[in-house]
Amino acid sequence: MEVFKHFKEFKMDVLREVGNIGAGNAATALSRLLNKPVDMAVPKVQLLPFEEISEKVGGAEQVVVAIFLRVEGEAPGNLFFILSPEAAKSLLNRLVGLPPETDGMFNEMEQSALCEIGNILAGSYLSSLADFTKLSMYPTVPALAMDMAGAILSFGLLQFGHMGDDALLIDTTFLEGDHEVEGQFFLIPDPDSFAKIFKSLGVPMDHD
Amino acid sequence: MIEEQSIVKVGMADLNVVQQSGIIRTVGLGSCVGLTMYDPELKLAGMAHVMLPSSDIAREGQLNVAKYADTALPALLAKLRELGASPSRIVAKMAGGSQMFAFAGAGDTMRIGPRNVESCKAKLAELRIPLIAEDTGGNYGRTIEMDAGTGILLIRSVQTGVKEM
Repeated sequence: MEVFKHFKEFKMDVLREVGNIGAGNAATALSRLLNKPVDMAVPKVQLLPFEEISEKVGGAEQVVVAIFLRVEGEAPGNLFFILSPEAAKSLLNRLVGLPPETDGMFNEMEQSALCEIGNILAGSYLSSLADFTKLSMYPTVPALAMDMAGAILSFGLLQFGHMGDDALLIDTTFLEGDHEVEGQFFLIPDPDSFAKIFKSLGVPMDHD
Repeated sequence: MIEEQSIVKVGMADLNVVQQSGIIRTVGLGSCVGLTMYDPELKLAGMAHVMLPSSDIAREGQLNVAKYADTALPALLAKLRELGASPSRIVAKMAGGSQMFAFAGAGDTMRIGPRNVESCKAKLAELRIPLIAEDTGGNYGRTIEMDAGTGILLIRSVQTGVKEM
């Protein structure tokens, strides 16, 4: 894990660009789906203690809707698309015309639709990343969960667990014009993937 | 006068103890296991938030013993003993170890919850500490807290509400 603490600002910039390209394409895909402009914040690249990662979405107990995809290929990792339950309902309502149900849970139809939306967005995130890095990356079938953020996100940290108590996270927030649909992309590459990403982008790994 | 109860928080890959009327809690357990050890006579409660089943695979320089089932349980027991707890009185409870996401053809990482549970049970047996209650498995997250005054473990989840054990 020490190696990540010594990532120079330049490397962080490279990772920010990775997040920018991926999430930029995903935002474009979402914008097409919604037929509305979608804004995106500048990606944040941070090495964070496990505890603080769920703080990024409102704390470990905050209930969130998460679509999780395991990234396989040359640079494996975990990709989360995270929404508040309200934002997820609003997204469903607009995209597939499903009327929002009053209770908090999602029925089978809604879950399936959310998975598909997650699949489209994550697919565009990953394919642009794969083009940029010339590395093969492909997503597994998406899985959906609505639960406490801590319980969900800890799942994406297991690969880091063997190495220390921090994880490197590429976090991009995007929001639609009237802020009704706001979501976050978390890309958590496996620890061993960073070297591959840097290498394929021509960033020297040594002497940093 | 209502006396404010002191609340001790246990983070991910962390362990701690609380005595008398305090509360010890950990939030957002997914595949992680929250394990408590309790000495009813001293009203002493310890809790560990275990993340991974075994320290064999650790690649970190300085081992965080609270992270792995095989190292966290002995460490928690040692901490309780330091405070005077008798191993013959200590009882354990645990919760968590769920499988948050189900995939077809999932590898070992996906089964991390059940493996954490198995590893904790094996270690408890080795330490000769009886497991008197458990709420493990499923596909949902849990927040747990133990009242050191009573030894009751409260489990909260989004999908199934609150239960005591």
